[in-house]
Amino acid sequence: MTPRLISAFKPSLLQSSEHDLCPGCGHAPAWRITLDVVAELDLKPVVLAGHGCYTQLMVNSDVDSLQTLHGRAPAAATGVKRMLPDTPVITLQGDGDMVSEGLHEVLHAAARGERITALLFNNGVFGDTGGHMTATTVVGQRTKTSLDGRDAEQHGYPIDVGRLLAQIDGAAYVARGAVSSAGLVARTKRMIRRALELQLEGAGFTFVEVLTMCPTGWFVGTPQGPEYLEESMIATFGIGELKAPSAP
Amino acid sequence: MTTILTRGTVRIDVESCKGCDLCIAACRPGVLHMTTDRFNQRGYRYPELSAGCTGCDACAQVCPDFVFEVWKFEEPVDLPPGLVPDAAVHRTVAAFKDDNH
Repeated sequence: MTPRLISAFKPSLLQSSEHDLCPGCGHAPAWRITLDVVAELDLKPVVLAGHGCYTQLMVNSDVDSLQTLHGRAPAAATGVKRMLPDTPVITLQGDGDMVSEGLHEVLHAAARGERITALLFNNGVFGDTGGHMTATTVVGQRTKTSLDGRDAEQHGYPIDVGRLLAQIDGAAYVARGAVSSAGLVARTKRMIRRALELQLEGAGFTFVEVLTMCPTGWFVGTPQGPEYLEESMIATFGIGELKAPSAP
Repeated sequence: MTTILTRGTVRIDVESCKGCDLCIAACRPGVLHMTTDRFNQRGYRYPELSAGCTGCDACAQVCPDFVFEVWKFEEPVDLPPGLVPDAAVHRTVAAFKDDNH
């Protein structure tokens, strides 16, 4: 009687489980489900990564990848997709990269209806460059430059990029998930799968935001990361599909 | 002797763990516990498995460090209470670099 394998140590498309992300980081589980979906759909994508902690995951991932300038992944992805229209194209950006430094790139790519899947790993912190506040840090959220929590009076309000994109006609699918619990990981995986399937169908621009934990950047213990995410970012932005084609 | 119905099991890659504790809260039957007085080669505490695992996969899904391999038994087994001794695997870095599941 042989036991049945439910989950291997790592996704088949990850060449090593080693990485230098901090303990309790939410980027690795988010990337795990992305690679699992790519493998399940048997895709050979080109991934265009921006600059952030997640960029190091490209080194060990068995997918074609390009590293782009800060915020410019959707623009580079436009070129890749137009030259290789049958190739699935995925962009991977953090909130600092996509929303603070290159918001117009993702908005214009959506407006053009580029047939790419843009992933945003959003933890509200510039983790890779020191932990300062980004354009998506929610009011009250701690970062290295907002130690008492983001103050709307002084720092302004966060940008809800999902809601912005959902208003754009070229965007076919916009969803927001999180990795703070196994249930939300499973739900987010379904969103990424739906986005990639719609890209393959030529539906238009597809976008999945994944809210991830950064206990280092938020100055909380690793076990408190999921709870802090739920109280801050999930409470502010919410989880779910913001725009999706009606079921056939 | 009391036994505990166990539907699945995990292998725990002790040396990959960074001791974040996320699996402990995620574990629905509550059969994962962090060590308190033992550490891996990098100095982190790591999880240990007790009897009663359901093979639900929640630990592997939330783990940032790819520490868990999850298995489900075709038929549930009865295990004595306490630690499942063969759950921990101490793979060397070189071994898991070559690992291609």
